[in-house]
Amino acid sequence: MTPLALLNGHLLDPAAGVDAPKDLLLQDGRVAEIASPGKLKHANGASAPIETLDASGLIVAPGLIDLHVHLREPGQAYKETIATGTAAAAAGGFTAICAMPNTTPVNDSPEITRWMQSPDRGARVRVFPIAAATRASKGEALNDYAALKAAGAVAVTDDGRPILKDSIMRESLAAAARAGLAVIQHAEDTRLTQGASMNLGPVSFRLGLRGMPPEAESQLVDRDIRLVSELRETHPQLSPHLHVAHLSTSAALAAVRQARRNGLRVTCEVAPHHFLLTEEHVGLYNTHAKMNPPLRSEQDRDALIEGILSGVVDSIATDHAPHAQHEKEVEFELAPNGITGLETALGLALRWLHAEWKLPLGRVLSLLSAQPAALLNLKGRGTLTLGSYADVVVFDPKSEWTFHASASRSKAKNTPFDGWPMQGAVRWTIAEGRVAFASNS
Amino acid sequence: MPTATPARRTLHTPPVPASPFPYHPGSLLSIADLTVDDVGRLLARATELEQMDPLQRDRILLKRRIALLFYEASTRTRTSFELAAKALGADTTLVSNLSSSIEKGESLKDTGLTLRALGAEAIVLRHNSSGAPWLLEASTRLPVLNAGDGMHEHPTQALLDLRTILAHFDPATRSVVAGPSSDPGCPRSLAFGDLGKHEPGADAVNATTLAGLTLTIAGDILHSRVARSNMLLLPRLGARVLLCGPPPLLPEVAATPQRHGPVAGGPGIEILRDFDSALAQSQAVMMLRIQAERLAGLQLDLDEYKAAYQLTGQRLAAHAPRALVLHPGPIIRGMEITAGVADGPQSAILEQVTHGLAIRMAVMERALLQSAENPDANAQNTEPLP
Repeated sequence: MTPLALLNGHLLDPAAGVDAPKDLLLQDGRVAEIASPGKLKHANGASAPIETLDASGLIVAPGLIDLHVHLREPGQAYKETIATGTAAAAAGGFTAICAMPNTTPVNDSPEITRWMQSPDRGARVRVFPIAAATRASKGEALNDYAALKAAGAVAVTDDGRPILKDSIMRESLAAAARAGLAVIQHAEDTRLTQGASMNLGPVSFRLGLRGMPPEAESQLVDRDIRLVSELRETHPQLSPHLHVAHLSTSAALAAVRQARRNGLRVTCEVAPHHFLLTEEHVGLYNTHAKMNPPLRSEQDRDALIEGILSGVVDSIATDHAPHAQHEKEVEFELAPNGITGLETALGLALRWLHAEWKLPLGRVLSLLSAQPAALLNLKGRGTLTLGSYADVVVFDPKSEWTFHASASRSKAKNTPFDGWPMQGAVRWTIAEGRVAFASNS
Repeated sequence: MPTATPARRTLHTPPVPASPFPYHPGSLLSIADLTVDDVGRLLARATELEQMDPLQRDRILLKRRIALLFYEASTRTRTSFELAAKALGADTTLVSNLSSSIEKGESLKDTGLTLRALGAEAIVLRHNSSGAPWLLEASTRLPVLNAGDGMHEHPTQALLDLRTILAHFDPATRSVVAGPSSDPGCPRSLAFGDLGKHEPGADAVNATTLAGLTLTIAGDILHSRVARSNMLLLPRLGARVLLCGPPPLLPEVAATPQRHGPVAGGPGIEILRDFDSALAQSQAVMMLRIQAERLAGLQLDLDEYKAAYQLTGQRLAAHAPRALVLHPGPIIRGMEITAGVADGPQSAILEQVTHGLAIRMAVMERALLQSAENPDANAQNTEPLP
């Protein structure tokens, strides 16, 4: 692979504390050299061919990492494939994405975990499978976490089919702690959400839709935190890590904040749609505003923004959930949950978290790269120091653009952000030293 | 890295986009889509159509095609729409989920497009899923008349309820007079024009038309599309609406003022759990059936429910001896209402059914002629053909 020099850009690497003009040399998939502009030794002295990219006026940052992506393969390639999903990821500035196990069949085995990472899948960026916590995600029998980890799984979860039984969740947390993995919980007490298709409240009453109470999320988060706390007492040698997926309520956020104050390893992610939209965006049965957890109240949304600004929220994750067009063109109650998110996350985060709510650029990027890398212990990612993976996003932080779903690289177009103004156009995405995306401009 | 958190009130957030609905000016998806003036025009037109010579009336929509698409069982609404369409001369076709390709898995969108390809010019939709009419309208761009969607709305029911109330409402005394004649015991005639004391819709309605009227809606409000449509309509005409029922069937949010809810300024909507005191304040009471098919596992002690909320002759005599008794049907005798009250002199239940015909003629004419903005279109169409 030809070495690649990124010249004249402004390196912003929050994990390394770098915020300065730098040139980078990427070689063999790693960062080979970092130098002041024009000072790359290799580039100046080498006779071997070298490719250069001029990043003048652009930010050079660690490639983005998404902890929560549904790639639909194996089994539902009509919605998305690993190739199309990772193409969308690259276009959105992501260089590594974590693939949820609710595939068909469920990814509960080392074989499927390896299959998803095979070069035959045609991934543009690194795919880290997150394996099922229990056999077929049925919440009954634990999988072999050590074997899954050896096959490349970076965490376990029964995403979408939350583990309700205390005993199973306790065993899962303990087994995952022994294997050095986090348990990711989609916190929803499904006994409280039967037949529901949006948030419970005045809007669901007005629309005549059954609602999911916020307590369905917060009570399960409370339960899980209690289990972590109990495990720490009964098994002091273990350090269980609970990660709350797509947290959406003020009450659950408060529980996570309190758990951390109590010294527990409890972390969380928030999706862009939950910190931007509310239940009012369901409008008149817009199925592109239907997801699980649902869009919540204004008060919940505002609490999430505060949680991000104050640092309680550890990561921004998209919950990219592609669906075919015909699947969303049905009655609201019958439509599947979820929206795409890989190509809009950075544009929305910069437009709102940075430009509107004044979160410093470095902190926005950290929520999208360094922090998720640290949460799942993705070594050599989320930072651009010597020897780390050559995972880079190069973007113009000031440029404004409009997102058009029709132009999406994803197979799916199910997004409520079609036509929305975005900030920060991605120029190049470089994944392990290869250009995975280059904008036309 | 602590960051100052902006005060919540200054937090600028993305706006909620404006609704593109209804796409078609002839559609009636939600009662909230109608202005008070629209309501007045529909009421007036309902009366004109009702009084018109049937042989002239059936030229208004002569040979126009209206599809009735019913995903739920219905007696009143279906027959009412069908007879009203035929009274205007239209051809109707009924597609029900039990005897069509819907059973084979055809989607609502494809069913609607198929009906449009067959020449349907408007679709009357009854659907068990809230919001289905919006999907059908977006898919077909035809005028869609919502004949009840899930737990959401039933706009023509609200219009016919209003017409029934107005027929018994004396604007001079601002009171409702139950019973169609001076002899309340006599058998009720169901012929057009023999309903109540007043000619509904003769006068224009406005924001104070029902000022002074208190109406109680009692029973299973959570699952009721009739309640929701009435709650969106009656307060806009000045009525005070009391909601009455046990918390599992009437959550507190039912009376929460909403951004897109009832227009501000009316006396609005209140919850009153005590049925007797609600009755004592009301000139009209609308009873609702417990929708067993939508309870979704909700456990209810029916004896307790009946003790608290059944409309009995005794209760009516004690607390609301002159109130008009309404019910959208189907009634479950002995559950929310006793047979004696349903058949009694204060009951307007069958009048409501009859008023539905006139209302549905008016909304179907509006759907196909978009006459709300163009009254001349009606005049032309009612001229006898040469």
